[in-house]
Amino acid sequence: MSEIAPSEALIEARNVTRILPGIVPTTLVQDVTLRIQANEFVAITGPSGSGKSSLLYLLGLLDLPTTGEVLIRGRDTTHMDEEERAFTRLSLLGFVFQFHFLLPEFTVFDNVMLPMRALGRLSTEAQRERARYLLGALGLGDHLTKRPDQLSGGQRQRVAVARALANEPPVILADEPTGSLDSKSSGQVFDVLRALVHEHGKTVVAVTHDLGLAERMDRHIELLDGRIVSDDLHRLAASP
Amino acid sequence: MNLTLDIAWTHVRARVRQTGFAVAGVATGVGFSIMMAALMQGSQDDFTNRLVNTLPHITVSDERRAPPPQPAETLYPAAKIYGLTPEARRRGIKNPLATMAALEAWIPGGVAPSVKVQGIIRYANHDVATTITGIDPRREAQVSDLPKQMRGATLNALYRATNAIVIGDRLAEKIGARIGSNITVQTSEGVRISAQVVGFFHSGVRQVDESTAYVLTKTGQILSQQTGLINELRLRLSDPLVSREVAARIETETGYKSVSWQEAHEDLLSTFIIRNIIMYTVVGAILLVASFGTYNIISTITHEKARDIAIMKSLGLSEFTVRTIFVIEAMIIGIAGGLMGFLLGYLMSVALGSIKITNPFLDSDHLPLAYSYLHYLLAGMVALVSSVAAGYGPARKAARLHPVEIIRGAT
Repeated sequence: MSEIAPSEALIEARNVTRILPGIVPTTLVQDVTLRIQANEFVAITGPSGSGKSSLLYLLGLLDLPTTGEVLIRGRDTTHMDEEERAFTRLSLLGFVFQFHFLLPEFTVFDNVMLPMRALGRLSTEAQRERARYLLGALGLGDHLTKRPDQLSGGQRQRVAVARALANEPPVILADEPTGSLDSKSSGQVFDVLRALVHEHGKTVVAVTHDLGLAERMDRHIELLDGRIVSDDLHRLAASP
Repeated sequence: MNLTLDIAWTHVRARVRQTGFAVAGVATGVGFSIMMAALMQGSQDDFTNRLVNTLPHITVSDERRAPPPQPAETLYPAAKIYGLTPEARRRGIKNPLATMAALEAWIPGGVAPSVKVQGIIRYANHDVATTITGIDPRREAQVSDLPKQMRGATLNALYRATNAIVIGDRLAEKIGARIGSNITVQTSEGVRISAQVVGFFHSGVRQVDESTAYVLTKTGQILSQQTGLINELRLRLSDPLVSREVAARIETETGYKSVSWQEAHEDLLSTFIIRNIIMYTVVGAILLVASFGTYNIISTITHEKARDIAIMKSLGLSEFTVRTIFVIEAMIIGIAGGLMGFLLGYLMSVALGSIKITNPFLDSDHLPLAYSYLHYLLAGMVALVSSVAAGYGPARKAARLHPVEIIRGAT
């Protein structure tokens, strides 16, 4: 994986607009321009329907902008074919959703193995070793053979984080990662995400409606009606 | 295990009941098609074998395909001449021994001369139109199974009495004749002899057993009132399937009408083609219905697994990979159904073959069945292809699902 130059944005959106076609077209994101550097801990907030998740999906290549460009490590992804976008997601981006979105028939261990098996960069033994390491580091070492429905909400979300980290992506995109958790589990997951940035050099972009959490993150982007209304670039990380 | 195979297997395994029904549908289709193919092929083979074994593979008669042109027609080719009577020719094959020797030099099989006469057999107030064939018992084994088909005596019994005759068992039954009975044979040309029944034969072909009789060549010549007459050469080839080609060559070389067993029974063989078309249509329909089951299960799985598809795509699995997963699931159903169908088909064939059936048209009291790996291969291939085809549509649709729509729906 090539190192990026300090001035180069890890993810960049240039005048991105997303309009849902239909009898009455709906504008989800409008003319958004933003640069996310390496090792940033970014919160995206805004009221319901402000386009937070839509922007996250555009940054994560799950959706295509109607106009504008999304660049990952300086490469325009708008003209990539489906295979190439999928590969970019697999190798450079990790997703954590509000609902854990684990495959229910697979064990915790197999869920974490899945992205590594799909990418095939590591040997099978190295994949197993890494899955065990990640789950152990997230306090799930005793739950490897359990299925998702045998875990608590917080544990499932930590499995989802472990899965997102499986291929060592530089960026983790989280959509309301604590939205379905109680305050204790929510705090645990937040701590994990913050540690990823401050201890492991990852970039985390998280959509949240919890302004308390957003205040504790390094950068706070606020959206309203699909537009960025504030981007607090220089906020220091909140003390633990 | 490969990732796509692992996911596909997990999906299929997690829905034992639904998958079981889909597999059972394919297995039923494959099983019935194998059983039907075994039955149809078996009866066809049985009938063909009886035809091939009972009758000569090729019959060379003293006729011509087309009447020879009249001298006047040859002389005035531009003229249309009416009222010409075809030239009366002496009956029989010219130089039969030389012709036989010429044929024996290249034909892969045996040749036997015979005299065929149409006549009536009279006994106990019964008159039955019969084809009487004068044969050489010593050569007969080379051209037909008649020596093996004899009942109550051997073919050499024809040498035992003057004007000895061997008749079909059904003919004997019809007229009430027994071995030793003296019957009257009368030809259309008015020759009438008294012949002694020295044996019966049973070919298994009803028409032959009811209306055929064999005498010595010399007796046949007496009945046809022509000494030294040979009006038919009968041939049996080591490979009956080349009879048509060999017959064509004989006809070209000798000029005599040469009819292969396929040509003689063209109408019957063409009904086999129709029968096979019907069979394959029915089999195809069965497998098509089975493939609807596969379509149904794959559609259900993709519908139920929409969220998982979104997860996999968001993780970075490509459309191709997702499509492959569901196509593999269809293949698993097709392969499992095919294998179960093989077993089911075999067991049903065995069961069908064990049923006792009394049929006046059949010699055997069991249904003739043909066991061929080709039936299994064909049914298995059709099942697999139809399953994959049925699964491909839903798989393609699943692979094209937009993950964002599903993620939004879920949240």
